[in-house]
Amino acid sequence: MPATPGVNQPGATDSGAIRNFCIIAHIDHGKSTLADRMLQLTEVVDPRQMRAQYLDRMDIERERGITIKSQAVRMPWTIREGERAGDGAVLNMIDTPGHVDFTYEVSRSLAACEGAVLLVDAAQGIEAQTLANLYLAMENDLTIIPVLNKIDLPAAQPEKYAEELANLVGCLPEEVLKVSGKTGVGVPHLLDEIVRRLPAPVGDAQAPARAMIFDSVYDIYRGVVTYVRVVDGHISARDRIKMMSTGAVHELLELGVISPEPVKSGALGVGEVGYLITGVKDVRQSRVGDTVTINTRPAAESLGGYKDPKPMVYSGLYPIDGSDYPDLREALDKLKLNDAALVYEPESSAALGFGFRCGFLGLLHLEIIQERLEREFGLDLIATAPNVVYRVVMDDGKEVVVTNPSEYPVGKVAEVYEPTARVTVLAPNDYVGTIMELCQGRRGVLLGMDYLSADRVELRYTLPLGEIIFDFFDQLKSRTKGYASLDYEPAGEQAAELVKVDILLQGETVDAFSAIVHKDKAYNYGTTIAAKLQKLIPRQQFEVPIQAAIGSRIIARETIRAIRKDVLAKCYGGDISRKRKLLEKQKEGKKRMKMVGRVEVPQEAFIAALSTSDSAGDAGKSKK
Amino acid sequence: MPATLPDGEPMPPTGELPGSALDGAADRPFGVYLHVPFCASRCGYCDFNTYTPTESGLDQTDYVTAALAEIAFARRVLGTDRPVRTVFVGGGTPTLLPPGDLARLLAAIDDAWGLAPDAEVTTEANPESVNPASLKTLREAGFTRISLGMQSTAPHVLRLLERRHTPGRAAEAAQEARAAGFEHVNLDLIYGTPGETAADFDRSLAAAVAAGVDHVSAYSLIVEEGTRLAGRVRRGEVPMPSDDVAADRYLAAETALDAAGLHWYEVSNWAADDAARCAHNLLYWTGGDWWGIGPGAHSHVGGVRWWNVKRPAHYAKLIAEGVSPGAGRELLTGEDRYVEDVMLRLRLASGIALADLRDGGPPAARTALADGLLDPHEYAAGRAVLTLRGRLLADAVIRDLLT
Repeated sequence: MPATPGVNQPGATDSGAIRNFCIIAHIDHGKSTLADRMLQLTEVVDPRQMRAQYLDRMDIERERGITIKSQAVRMPWTIREGERAGDGAVLNMIDTPGHVDFTYEVSRSLAACEGAVLLVDAAQGIEAQTLANLYLAMENDLTIIPVLNKIDLPAAQPEKYAEELANLVGCLPEEVLKVSGKTGVGVPHLLDEIVRRLPAPVGDAQAPARAMIFDSVYDIYRGVVTYVRVVDGHISARDRIKMMSTGAVHELLELGVISPEPVKSGALGVGEVGYLITGVKDVRQSRVGDTVTINTRPAAESLGGYKDPKPMVYSGLYPIDGSDYPDLREALDKLKLNDAALVYEPESSAALGFGFRCGFLGLLHLEIIQERLEREFGLDLIATAPNVVYRVVMDDGKEVVVTNPSEYPVGKVAEVYEPTARVTVLAPNDYVGTIMELCQGRRGVLLGMDYLSADRVELRYTLPLGEIIFDFFDQLKSRTKGYASLDYEPAGEQAAELVKVDILLQGETVDAFSAIVHKDKAYNYGTTIAAKLQKLIPRQQFEVPIQAAIGSRIIARETIRAIRKDVLAKCYGGDISRKRKLLEKQKEGKKRMKMVGRVEVPQEAFIAALSTSDSAGDAGKSKK
Repeated sequence: MPATLPDGEPMPPTGELPGSALDGAADRPFGVYLHVPFCASRCGYCDFNTYTPTESGLDQTDYVTAALAEIAFARRVLGTDRPVRTVFVGGGTPTLLPPGDLARLLAAIDDAWGLAPDAEVTTEANPESVNPASLKTLREAGFTRISLGMQSTAPHVLRLLERRHTPGRAAEAAQEARAAGFEHVNLDLIYGTPGETAADFDRSLAAAVAAGVDHVSAYSLIVEEGTRLAGRVRRGEVPMPSDDVAADRYLAAETALDAAGLHWYEVSNWAADDAARCAHNLLYWTGGDWWGIGPGAHSHVGGVRWWNVKRPAHYAKLIAEGVSPGAGRELLTGEDRYVEDVMLRLRLASGIALADLRDGGPPAARTALADGLLDPHEYAAGRAVLTLRGRLLADAVIRDLLT
């Protein structure tokens, strides 16, 4: 059924008819499928154009089932049944990134909404990240509509999880809606309830314009597309806009709404959500969280809440083939256009050659960038083990910020500070013991523990961020058979007894293997890496000692014995061609070796030694 | 399963060589290799192109006819007269052919090109396939050198290698050969066989020395893909031979043979004096020309390498039709020839002139010298010659010199 005529007119919509909402859900709890049903029911997508996961654009999103970049879709809806049936409304569904690394982006998306649909799989219950985002939504005073999805599944336990959600949200279990995104059951009722339960946006239509940027996406044809939510006033397509954080003024090339394809409009008014294009080419010029106003009549105060994205995790990215370095630079330059949080600068490593030290919001951000570099740009990369940022205060009061362990200062260190994170783990209560053991082993401090339901527990810890990025998630998953879920957010810094462990091959420090670790773990790190390398580096013509050291103190040692025989016994008439071809192949292989002093180290040894898993033990041990 | 042939370009049916291959041919030594692809049984470690009577699909008489036809074919392709400096009959087990057949084949080579007056004429033999009478016939037919597959004197080693002769038979055959008038006799040894102890190999070395031969070849056992031995290693029935053990055995061979007056002249070959060295093999290692007759045989003439089809019946059919039995060939570039030259000459006690090294070769030679892999006296005299430790790491030194 089409919307009431006159209501759905961008720039002229009564703010009382607008409902801005987002969907908070865990990765595979069915958000995209539910969104598909909404697009169909509101008839904004032609049935012939419909495809699964309509709103997910990037391949990686579709494959991993996660949404990295949000979008806002405008959908007209007329209440079908019950109270106020026949009332027309305009729904703006603002998509939120679903992962822990993008907390700040999530918070901006939430700030653009009055309400949130809390979508939970009726067979699995709520996950830690969803819970974290729910808390974030509640802090932003959003009205929450709890919804259980996948009620068509045989394993669904709607009663059990309705109770869990009701406890969390503070409502009655029967107020929890039940839908199936797959079959569409309950979705029209959900749309009706969104109109009925969520408040309309409130703003001063006469005041100077203020709109909050909640997303900013680079498009190769259009330049940067900026998504905004108008809070006060009115932006028209003829205006020149001003970014309040920088004061930069831009001509508006286009203004419009997404429904779900872009539709140009003359203006956007109070409460409306839409996009604007100014011709800037870099998302850094149009930053999430910033306030847009009109140059001729600027607002006096910004909406607040703007933060510069701050990289929390660093890793060195190096091309396996050194001649790909310019391609890597070009690829990073391209990705940066669409990623205000990605930072990088050139660095060189004695072991790995020329590369870039890159800063990321978190591990997933790192993985996504690495994967895109490899997939979209065809690069073969070695990534050094990720590390956090340390603040080192020297005896003379000088302060050094360390983003690369090999640059840890030499000299008298007074104090070292490491970043910490507040961690939330949700798990069945059977695993409480094992999770506590893991967190304590990682220098965690228990903040609290709550039962969400009879058998599900929420554990809250403070942990050093450096401990989390080193295979914490994998450990958590494997120790809880995959049942635990994790969320973390930065929580300041703490002084800690940290040391730098160097790995030496034949007396030469291999910068790529240096790590900053807690003093109690230094020995363990040293012996683990030395033992791995002993297996990974082929025997050389001479004996190669592998040492782990803190400063000049050796804490672990392994030896690669010298190879004693490397000669083919026979080389007669029929062997010559084959032997020559073998030599040529070996010469090619030699080119892929990295030299550490005189030691030839296969690329595979770096990759395997730097990976946090133990499974990569036998790569590179092939015979020459 | 015999090892596979290299990849190359197709062989022209006429066997015709590019003109450049024959330029200056008269100045290069020329040899003939004759491949006899028959064995009474296949040894478990062997990947040579050889067949038991039931496998071959060609009887021995037809093989001799085909080989004679290829000798005539080769004579036509090469055109000019070239005295044959060396003949080497290998296999397989050449001595499975009646001595009269080997004599006929040698006579045909002599008829085609003419044997040089001091030609070296070698045949390989298994100890159990010769006797005083057959050796006498071979000697009278013009064979000057015999190479016997001794491998080991340890019964359990011979058993694992699936060799048929008894431990004492090889030394006995060597003495019979000397009695029949063979001045040059070689014994082949294999070391590093799983189950072989250091003492086993010392005894094999002592037996070879005691047999009074003037040449010994010693090879580390290689587990070649596709052999029965490889299958047994894969299934874990037999341990993989260890490189460290092979290095120890090699050092033992050098000590025992050198003490007995046999000096290394190639990584795996020791001889009593210059005359005892295998001239035919030296021709392989110094870029000489040779024509390989028989199935799977390789040839080299003036920078062209080619190889015959492997199956005996296929080979015989092609040659009967007057078509080249070549399965493929490669025309070596200047760079290829340089790589081969370094790769082959560095294995020799004569080494390679430092002045002949290109690109990164000279600095790599300096490093190898500093690492004790090249002989300092020879280096001072302008040659790169491997030390004993260098011989064990010859492939690594070759790779370095070619960077």
